[in-house]
Amino acid sequence: MHESIFNHAGLRYLWVSLTLLTGSVVAYLWHDPIGVPNGGTWLGYTLGTIAALLILWLMWFGIRKRRYSSSMGTLRGWLSAHIYLGTALLLIGLLHSGFQLGFNIHTLTLLLMFIVIFSGFFGVYAYVRFPSLMTRNRDSASRQAIIDEIHDIDQNSLVFADAVDPKIHATILRSIGRTRLGGGVRALLFPRDDSDSALDQVREYLDKRDAERRPGAQTRDMPTMFAMVDFLAASGGADNKNVQLRKLMDLLARKKSLSGRLSRDLQLQALMEIWLYVHVPLSFALLAALSAHVVSVFFYW
Amino acid sequence: MAERFKIAIVGSGPAGKSAAAHAAELGVAHVLFEAEAHLSNTIYRYQKGKHVMDEPGILPLRSPLNFKAGSRESILDAWNQGVKNLAVNIKFRHEVAKIQKKDDYFAITCSNGSTFEAERVVLGIGLQGNLRKVGVPGEDLPFVQYQLDDPDAYSGETIVVIGAGDAAIENAIALAKQNTVIVINRRDEFARAKEGNLRGILKAIEEGTIECYYNTAPELIEALSVGRKRGRMTLQTPSGRAQILIDRVIARLGASAPRTFVEACGVVFPSKDPAAVPAISPRYESNVPGLYIVGALAGYPLIKQAMNQGFEVVEYILGRNVEPADEPLLRNKFKTMPGFRSVNEAIALVQKNVPLLAQITPLQLREFLIDSEILSPAPGARVFERNDYTNSFFSIVAGEVQVIVERDSNQAITLRQGEFFGEMGLISGRRRTASVVAGKGCVLIETPRRSMSRLLQSVEAVKREIDKVFIARAIQSRFTPDSGMEKLRDVVESARVEHFKAGDIVFNEGEIGDCLHMIRRGSLTISRNIGGKEIVLSYVAAGNYVGEMALLGDSRRSATARAAIATETIRLEGDAFKQLIKRDPILRLRLQSEYSQRTAANLSMQQMQGGGDIISFLISQGAGEATDILLIDESLCIRCDNCEKACAETHGGTSRLDREAGPTFANVHVPTSCRHCEHPHCMKDCPPDAIHRAPNGEVFIADNCIGCGNCERNCPYGVIHMASKPPKKPGLLSWLLLGQGPGPGEAPYDASKPKSTAAKKAVKCDMCKDLSGGPACVRSCPTGAAIRIGPEEFPAYSKARS
Repeated sequence: MHESIFNHAGLRYLWVSLTLLTGSVVAYLWHDPIGVPNGGTWLGYTLGTIAALLILWLMWFGIRKRRYSSSMGTLRGWLSAHIYLGTALLLIGLLHSGFQLGFNIHTLTLLLMFIVIFSGFFGVYAYVRFPSLMTRNRDSASRQAIIDEIHDIDQNSLVFADAVDPKIHATILRSIGRTRLGGGVRALLFPRDDSDSALDQVREYLDKRDAERRPGAQTRDMPTMFAMVDFLAASGGADNKNVQLRKLMDLLARKKSLSGRLSRDLQLQALMEIWLYVHVPLSFALLAALSAHVVSVFFYW
Repeated sequence: MAERFKIAIVGSGPAGKSAAAHAAELGVAHVLFEAEAHLSNTIYRYQKGKHVMDEPGILPLRSPLNFKAGSRESILDAWNQGVKNLAVNIKFRHEVAKIQKKDDYFAITCSNGSTFEAERVVLGIGLQGNLRKVGVPGEDLPFVQYQLDDPDAYSGETIVVIGAGDAAIENAIALAKQNTVIVINRRDEFARAKEGNLRGILKAIEEGTIECYYNTAPELIEALSVGRKRGRMTLQTPSGRAQILIDRVIARLGASAPRTFVEACGVVFPSKDPAAVPAISPRYESNVPGLYIVGALAGYPLIKQAMNQGFEVVEYILGRNVEPADEPLLRNKFKTMPGFRSVNEAIALVQKNVPLLAQITPLQLREFLIDSEILSPAPGARVFERNDYTNSFFSIVAGEVQVIVERDSNQAITLRQGEFFGEMGLISGRRRTASVVAGKGCVLIETPRRSMSRLLQSVEAVKREIDKVFIARAIQSRFTPDSGMEKLRDVVESARVEHFKAGDIVFNEGEIGDCLHMIRRGSLTISRNIGGKEIVLSYVAAGNYVGEMALLGDSRRSATARAAIATETIRLEGDAFKQLIKRDPILRLRLQSEYSQRTAANLSMQQMQGGGDIISFLISQGAGEATDILLIDESLCIRCDNCEKACAETHGGTSRLDREAGPTFANVHVPTSCRHCEHPHCMKDCPPDAIHRAPNGEVFIADNCIGCGNCERNCPYGVIHMASKPPKKPGLLSWLLLGQGPGPGEAPYDASKPKSTAAKKAVKCDMCKDLSGGPACVRSCPTGAAIRIGPEEFPAYSKARS
């Protein structure tokens, strides 16, 4: 019942693009111009006009997307057409040029067109692959719920650290201060995590204490309680600290897993959006280059 | 010598105040006794900023004092001003302790010792009475309160709220915003709470914002002199004694009604029922001549009515006849009735002709009629059509109507004077099941669903009557539409209405089948234990039946039937039903064919892998009661939020959709967006009746919303929120080229901007009923991830995804 952009209306725009492409290729192969095939032959002009109109129509998508009450088709239909016809544009542009390339404004236009279309390919790849990855990574938690839980863990780990040692408290505090989730483009796309170092330091401390402990001492098992009730006052004894440390490590491990999930979630969403920052500005550059290309061809021939 | 007055009024609530004001403006010697130091203690004690409503809206106000819906503060100010302007003779801090009837006057003694005499006494003391205390040591400590004036005055405290009624719940929810709240409930449920409050408190407990200790009672409250907390409370809980450190206790334990005081004045109550009110004449006089009772104590808890009664009682005392406030309204309604002479005569006629409405008092009938319309359709006119979404109730005062049950053959049942129709809309919330055409001399009373529901809830006899007829008609139309009611008598006699909460089992797989269930309201899921797992096979909605397979052949239940949402069924006893089938071979054939269809559908459902799981998930999210729900396929959704932006842009800047919120299962995401429920929870308690259903099924909130927030509280899915109209923002091009404004979509929350003082109204999805092309969210989803479907399509949907 959910139709994807590729299947929209029974692959309608796939057929449209294929027809257009086949027509262009057949015409190109049949056409025998004087000299080499280039943009200046009648076929070249025809294909060039088609390509230019296509480029303008493809850019109009940005406007249709923001006309929220428009009932001219659905946005999905427009995107389906945008993708198929945009792909077809690749070949049409090449055929129009007759593969006559050089260091000039005309080839620049073609190059920009290529970059825009290939960035679009990345977008398609991102749209096909990343949504399911995001859902799987989220595992039924919402972003806010993960952030809230990380907050809670931070508070609780400080409480535990308090009960153990000022050095451990300092370690935890520093680790909390250095936790960065999200941020600028670099931080989103290449997330880093500091939970490992905190975890290692605590583990070291625990191992040291274990080594110093008298052999034969008993450890008491205490149930985990995350409550308002101040249970620390009720308990006592050195063994208590080991139990606190283990709980602290549990907390840190959980925090590491949560912040990893959150970073991945943000990274995937960033990836799904970053390509548009290439696709759209460059398409405007393409528009400018296209205008220069057309004007120069007709006036500076 | 005690001062003597013509009229003594006890209690300065709306009724008493109005009476005193009217007496003052007429120049009659009067005195108004008020126990507190301010007017209208009950309303004075409302929560700060509480919105007070002025129902019934169309009833005119005939009091010298002003009253219009608004905040508690504005209403009290208007009354204080009015009372001062009229120079009403008020005696504050005069609590009346005793009223004794002497020969031709009343002797009134106040608790401060002063005595007064009056020829007539008007009691407007309401039902507040004496607040019940906690009853344990420490109940009078300074941090133990019995009222809450301003919940926002406290923050960061640990507050215990004792009580399980509406006041306790409202206080707890309001306090939980800024404090840690613990509710102590003597029992294991909130039985007496209004539905909206019940939902709110259960949600808060589930989310963890309020902690509740059930079956718990306080044992001791102590003040502490050390530590950060003010006090300590000891509780008796089911698992033993417990202690909590607290800052404050708010006890809302109700009040004992002033029954002893009123009885001591000589007034007789009709029964021992604590909810009983004393009987009064149409002129508000009690059984004690010269002693009048008005307002809540007389059974009229609405402010506007009480004010009108205050005015009228003074008129009656002065020997003047006053037309009831609703007389011109009713006269207008009855005008179209042929042979109309006077309102009283018309009311008597209605009660004579319609046995259902004879069960209520003339005063209740007047109130009922104010909300209704009196119609006299011409013969042949359509009263309503099959599949209409209207849901009003019709009583036949005169003439007859034809109910067309079979569309093709035009087969019709005739209903005559005294009968009623349209009751299905009250109970099942589904569309009209038949068309109704007016006959000769037809006079009907059309009552909106809300007023009818109110009547049903307050008068048991009316509810029983309607239920009986509903059951009989439901059985007849479903099983034997061709034959009359006589054949069904045994079955109808054995029929009982059963109630199930969401998740309750109606019957288990493998049990012996001895009955059939017709779903009157709600829906069920049918599931079977296959390979150790419970697989949901199908979903059955109201209007259908389950359990017939066991009666037709196999004696054991072939599947488990469970209530998907709060459900009511009509249970028909197996034996009586089996007799009916034996007598009616056509019925048997039809049941068998439906049975084989259902088995085939269930089998195909079983063979799907995981299909049933998706349906279970959707049902558990409450999609069972939706008529149209938005689903997002998370493997297609690119999280662009274009759906939210489209929703905001087509609805004046506020999005009614929260895409991200909501659970996901097997890549099916149910966002927070209105489901246009079959039986809308939001409609249940809308005072201005602003929520309606459009002809195509969309549930929408009209412009007369007053922003009371009832719908937001009642909605179990959190799809309604209160928002004021956002300011106009720069257009798309300005945003695109110049960077002005927040761009398309709902403007993000800006803490630095001053809070808008515009009134907040309820907003929710209206399925873009005013836009051509349909829901903007679906149309603007670039990848086709968002779709809207109804529950009937769930099986096909889950099949497509598995």
